[in-house]
Amino acid sequence: MRVTVIDYKAGNLTSVLKALRHLGAEPIVTDSDLSLVESAERIVLPGVGHFQATERLDATGLTSAIRAAISRGVPFLGICVGMQWLYAGSSEATQQPGLGHFAEPCTRFAESSEKVPHVGWNSLDVRHGSRLLAGVEPGEFVYFTHSYKVPVTSDTAATTFYIEPFAAAVERGNVMGVQFHPEKSGATGLKILRNFLDMQAKEAE
Amino acid sequence: MITKRIIACLDVHGGRVVKGVQFVDLVDAGDPATQAARHAREGADEIVLLDITATHEGRQTLLDTVRRTARELFVPFCVGGGIRTADDAAQVFEAGADKVSVNSAALKDPMLIDAIGRSFGAQAVVVAIDARRDPRANDPVRDAEVFAQGGRKPTGRRVVEWAREAEQRGAGEILLTSMDSDGTRAGFDCELTAAVSEAVGIPVIASGGAGTVDHFADVFGRGRADAALAASIFHFGVSSARSLKEELAKAGVSVRLPC
Repeated sequence: MRVTVIDYKAGNLTSVLKALRHLGAEPIVTDSDLSLVESAERIVLPGVGHFQATERLDATGLTSAIRAAISRGVPFLGICVGMQWLYAGSSEATQQPGLGHFAEPCTRFAESSEKVPHVGWNSLDVRHGSRLLAGVEPGEFVYFTHSYKVPVTSDTAATTFYIEPFAAAVERGNVMGVQFHPEKSGATGLKILRNFLDMQAKEAE
Repeated sequence: MITKRIIACLDVHGGRVVKGVQFVDLVDAGDPATQAARHAREGADEIVLLDITATHEGRQTLLDTVRRTARELFVPFCVGGGIRTADDAAQVFEAGADKVSVNSAALKDPMLIDAIGRSFGAQAVVVAIDARRDPRANDPVRDAEVFAQGGRKPTGRRVVEWAREAEQRGAGEILLTSMDSDGTRAGFDCELTAAVSEAVGIPVIASGGAGTVDHFADVFGRGRADAALAASIFHFGVSSARSLKEELAKAGVSVRLPC
């Protein structure tokens, strides 16, 4: 199972690569080689850190290559900032557009007495029919660490509550994202990554 | 609902987990990779590995230990001890840590917090603070004194002030150890923990003094801690994360129970 992992120099990739290898996948890392995106069987866009770092995707041409791969039906998974990037943009870096695959913006948690960032294990309310989250039962927890989030919409695959309900996972066809870190979420996280790796590219209509 | 985290702490020396009181009478408590995997399996929410000797010569041993421990660990993994520069941090991340904990080096050069945060994100920087109440201060708790070098060197800094500075510089979490409580097994210093937790907007991990389940419930309640470090109570099978969490759940604390 080959999986192209995009490196845009935001945080370290070690944990994601380790989890993918543990599941028997063969991750191929690229920070600029567009051919590795063009030939990708599936793509993972990890990310911890600042939304501004995604500007590197535009500068290297990876944004266009990923857009093309997505339209070919290649399964795509964005993790944390990688999920946020699928949206219109983020109030964390207002000059930096996202991919715009989903129309909504990403915003910071509202001011409240709760701490921001949202750090720790929280539960998922999984919507029926998600392929990515198949087999995730009520009462299973995943690990989050983030200050920005995207709203709940019809594409939301799971919601989590912290200060307010937000989208913990999004899924529309072959395009998926998770706000939490599956690579750090124990057996539940590995199950989710396994679901992703099991998906095959489908030629788009 | 967000849960309170139970963090298993492994003190390592020369590639082995050790246990002692105040760093003396060290007893071998096993292999770090095996211990970390066991704690994760039993429901620990996170693993902290602290290199308690942190000698320059020991760096390579530590990196090997981190690499081996991280290999099959799929919960957050924090490494501390002897991280003096952003380069040291980069090596530890490369070896498989998700977070690094900095203490003395950040007191000496607070810009270290900014530097690691810039490269790896705020979520990856834990500032560890060792503090002791100062009976001479106006407010012995908020003005508890911060100590460097494993509690050996007073710095004159005040705990709340330093925690706030760490936050402003981009720390993602504070790991607060009460030197008064550490090793006593008589309970966390809830007043100290609450004072710091209320002063900052980032999560605070309480450490020092855990002896019973009630101590954890107390520090999550009165102490306003977001997470608590459990070190000695987990060793030699005295208590597992699972049994600790089951008891906490009964006491009404929101915890993640292992599947």
